[in-house]
Order: sequence, then structure tokens, then C-alpha cells
Amino acid sequence: MMAVKMALRSIGANKMRAALTMLGIIIGVMALVVLVSLVDSATNSITSEVSSLGSSLLTVRVSDDKGVPIKLQDLEAWVDTEPSIAAMAPYATSTATGKFGTESADFNVYGVTQDEYKIQSMQLTMGRFIAASDVKNNNRVCVIPEGTAEDLIGYKDCLGREISLNGIKYTVIGVLEDEEESLATILSGGMKTAYIPYTALMRLSTDNGSSISTFYIGASEGYTLDQAEEVMKNLLMERFNQDEDAFSISSQNMIEEAMGRISNFLNILLGGIAAISLIVGGIGIMNIMLVTVTERTREIGIRKAIGASRRTILVQFLIEAVVLCMLGCALGIFVSWGILQIISAITVSASISFRLNGRVVVLSVLFCFLIGVVFGLYPANKAAKMKPIDALHYGG
Amino acid sequence: MIELRDVSKIYQIGDERVHALDHANLHVYPKEFVSIIGPSGSGKSTLMNIIGCLDVADGGQYLLDGMPIEAYSENELANVRNRKIGFVFQSFNLIAKLSAEENVELPLIYQGVKRAERQQRVREALERVGLSKRAKHLPTELSGGQQQRVAVARALVTKPSLILADEPTGNLDSKTSREIMQMFQELHEQGNTIVLITHDNDVARQAKRIVHILDGRLTEVTL
Repeated sequence: MMAVKMALRSIGANKMRAALTMLGIIIGVMALVVLVSLVDSATNSITSEVSSLGSSLLTVRVSDDKGVPIKLQDLEAWVDTEPSIAAMAPYATSTATGKFGTESADFNVYGVTQDEYKIQSMQLTMGRFIAASDVKNNNRVCVIPEGTAEDLIGYKDCLGREISLNGIKYTVIGVLEDEEESLATILSGGMKTAYIPYTALMRLSTDNGSSISTFYIGASEGYTLDQAEEVMKNLLMERFNQDEDAFSISSQNMIEEAMGRISNFLNILLGGIAAISLIVGGIGIMNIMLVTVTERTREIGIRKAIGASRRTILVQFLIEAVVLCMLGCALGIFVSWGILQIISAITVSASISFRLNGRVVVLSVLFCFLIGVVFGLYPANKAAKMKPIDALHYGG
Repeated sequence: MIELRDVSKIYQIGDERVHALDHANLHVYPKEFVSIIGPSGSGKSTLMNIIGCLDVADGGQYLLDGMPIEAYSENELANVRNRKIGFVFQSFNLIAKLSAEENVELPLIYQGVKRAERQQRVREALERVGLSKRAKHLPTELSGGQQQRVAVARALVTKPSLILADEPTGNLDSKTSREIMQMFQELHEQGNTIVLITHDNDVARQAKRIVHILDGRLTEVTL
């Protein structure tokens, strides 16, 4: 404790120099803490968004249909025959220009079946969702979110109104609760959303044929997703002549796992770069400690003359280097906290809250300590090795 | 107390070998006040370094309190300096960023003395040299004489076997010098062993015994 006080006083005696020396450590710690915290916060919010899409959801993609493309009827048949599969929803999307009166807007139009409502966690505020009969009869009806209704039509209560998509009129039969402003909606760049029967979408656009290349599966209650996946896999293997490269089945878990791997990789990469800058900062500390030892040769001589052992001197200068590092570290963490607060304030609309990552704070404290010891050892040892007479007579 | 037997120290300067100490013999008894006088280059400093355990001899034997010093490791020497020897230097050698009392406290910290006892002993030592009121001052805020008093207090505080003073008045005016010498006299009367090294005859004469050093050889001077 005494030694730490003494070290603080030595550092305080030369504030400007100490501040400049610490700058290296401060910047290193900032780089480490801010970058890792950013990656972590972003990953967390993306992961939670992915899992909010529905955790009991499998995505099936068909890359090679071998001349037997999957039709809507196949999906219906599979749901009927397989008890483990509760719902199947084809995924088809197109863009269209939507009009109501004189207002117009760009739309992402999703072709859906009645199962979509079950699979995605959607909430209706009024009306009904697209029904099996709408899909069957290829009815020109649509369901839109509240925000879209307000922007295009002007009010929320718009059941029965007709909007036109690429010139074809669709009656609004249901209004959905607005999704929270999520990363996906930000990425879509302000496009409006409309859901229409899957069969209607196939008419609306030319690039969605009657064959389904992507669809979602939900597992029935009492069955796990893995069981549903197994059943689906067998069905598709049978259909595509046992060629498992013809399709892929992925679950949200896999996406989460992949996200985890990506963020780990990013953390190691960015953390590594930041660690290098911390090491550079450590070299700065060593440099200044060497200067300090030379400047204080006489003091070392006096201390040795009145009985300081090698060890005492070594510990004194080592503590000084470590204290310098830890001060830099503390300042770096404080500044990082400030930067993350600012970033959070700026990106408040993105629903990502950038928080200081506790693990990386602990890590940087330990790392700074290590750097203080490693880079302080050489100068401290140099001080400890001085002969008392040489040190006493240094500079008169 | 102190016993030097045929102690030699040789420095290599270029091609020349300089005998800083040439088979020097000296015996200092407990409670003695001895001054060692010699011109510059006579080997005074080397003698002082060896007596003060700052350096070890190349030949001969040095016994301090009956213990042979040349066999000691660097850490043991530090311990001896800490406990048995109190230094007073010509240029005071106080640590500039520590206050007077902290400078006096330092050797006790190295001894591992407990805080309460340290403070008590520091107070006593500063009182002894008449600087109680200046305890909190930094060396730069003190006059030369006061700084030397702090140095004396630092030497006294460990209750050493030997006080070793190297030109203690060399940087002081004559009035202050007299005060410092007066203090050494008092310390001697109180039973401290003092070895004082100087080139000044007037200073040397205040000791009870004078040893002359020239070209690394010691001779007794009788008054």
C-alpha cells in the first residue's frame, strides 16, 4: 500500500509524461473494449432477433428439383399425413408498386398460406388472416401492417378498402400489429409490407412459378424440431432419389450457431489487433520507465545506501510500471464506456443497445496488469542491479 | 568494532593499476570518534565505501562487529547498511520528493518496523536534531544546514553501530558547519561511534583521534 502511494507520487511528479505514456495503454484498452463490446452487442441483438422469428421453425431450400418440383398440394398433403409436422408455409416474395388513390409506395409482397400466421408470430389488430379458401380460390385479398395502412391509406381502420399492387386490386381483410422496428426493417430501407395468398402472388409476378423452392416447417406440439426435421428429410430423400445435395434443411439454432461462430471469430480478430496496440503501449511504458530509472539513479543509490535490497528496488519500480498501466487501463475503460454511451444514443432507433462487455473489461484489466509486469520487469531489474556507489556518484 | 586488516582496493584506469587502498590497517573501538583526513585522491572515498559496506575490498579482511564483511552477498550487505551503519553525506543525499520525516522514516520501512513505532522513532530523531517543526517540509524548502540535520536524523533513527560521515560540512558555510560539528560532538558524548572523513584539518581536529590517509596508506596522527 505504501509502495503504491509512493508510485502514485512518482507518477504525479511528472504528470505530462505520465499522461503521454498512458495514452498508448488508454488507446489500446479503448480499442479492445469498444470493438469487442460492439461486436458482442450487435451479435446479441441479431441473435435475439433471429430467435424471435420463431424457434420451432425449419427452413427447407430446394436447389435441384429433379423434374419433380414441390407444389402447394404436396405441402398440404405432407401436413395431413405426417403427425410431427404441424404447418408448412411456402416462402415467396416479390416487389410491387402499391397504390391507393393518388398515394403510391414500394412494397415487399409476401405470398403466404394460412399457416404463415401460425409459424411466424403475427398479431392481428382487426379483421382476419388469409384463410385456406383464399389460397385455394386465389382470392385477391391482402393483410397489411398498421404502419403501411397509415402511410398509404391514411388511417388504420381500412378493412374493405382496395389497394392496387402492380395494377391489380386487393381487398384489405386484416390489419397486423406493427413489427418493432427491427434490424430487418431497417435493412429493407422503408419498403412497405403486404401479405397476399400464395396463389395470388404467383399470378402477380412472373419470377415465382408454381413450384416452391423455399418453405418453412413448424413442428407439432409434442414433437421436437429434430423429429420433424428427420421426417422431412426422409420425405425429401425419397422424392429426390436419395440425393441429399438437392435440398437443405436449416433451423434457427443453426443460424444462431453460425452467428456465434462469426462473432467469436470477429472478437478474436479485433481483440488480437487491439492486443497488439496494447503491447505497443507496453513498450512505451518500458521506454519511459528506462528513462525514469536513469533519471533517478541517484535516488536509487541513496535508497541502496540506507539499506534497500535489490528486491525492494525491483518491487518499487515494478509497482510504478504496473500502477501506470492500471491507471491507463482504468481511464481507457472509462473512455470506452463513454464512447459506447454515445454510440448507443446515436443508434437508439436501431434497437441495439451497446453495452460495456464485462468479460472484456476483466480481460483488459488482467492484460494491462500482465503488460505492466512484463514491460516493467526490465527497467526495474536495471534499477535493482545498480551498484550503490556508482548510483550515488552519478551526476555528482 | 571496525577492524581493517591489510585491506586493498585496486582500480584499473586504462593500462594503469591504481592502488586506492594499499594494505590499509585500522581499528576503531566502540564509542570512539575518529576522523580520517587526507587530500583528494588519497583513497578517502574508497575507504569510506568499504567501511560503509557500499563496496567490497579486493584483498585483506574487514570485520564489522566481529563479522567478516567480504563474505557477504549483496543483499546481506544491504541489510548491514540498513541496520549497522548510518550515513551522512557531503551532498546530504535526501530524496527530493519525500518530506523530511518521510526521508527519516525510509530506513525503518526497509527494516520492516511497524507504523506506530516508526512514527515514534522518527519523531524522536527529528527532535534530537531540532527539526520537529519542519517535519512536513520537502528538502528543497530547507536550508543546507537543515537538510544535513535531516540526514543526521535519518542516520540516527536506526540506532546504528556506526555513524559514517563523509565530508558532512563540505557544502555548508562555516557557521552552519560549526553547528553540525557541535551535533556530532553531542552524539559522541551520548555514546555513538562516529567515523568522520574530511580533508579539512579544523574539522578533523574536533575528533578524539585522527588518522591520516595518503596514497592508500593509513597512519595515526597524535595530537
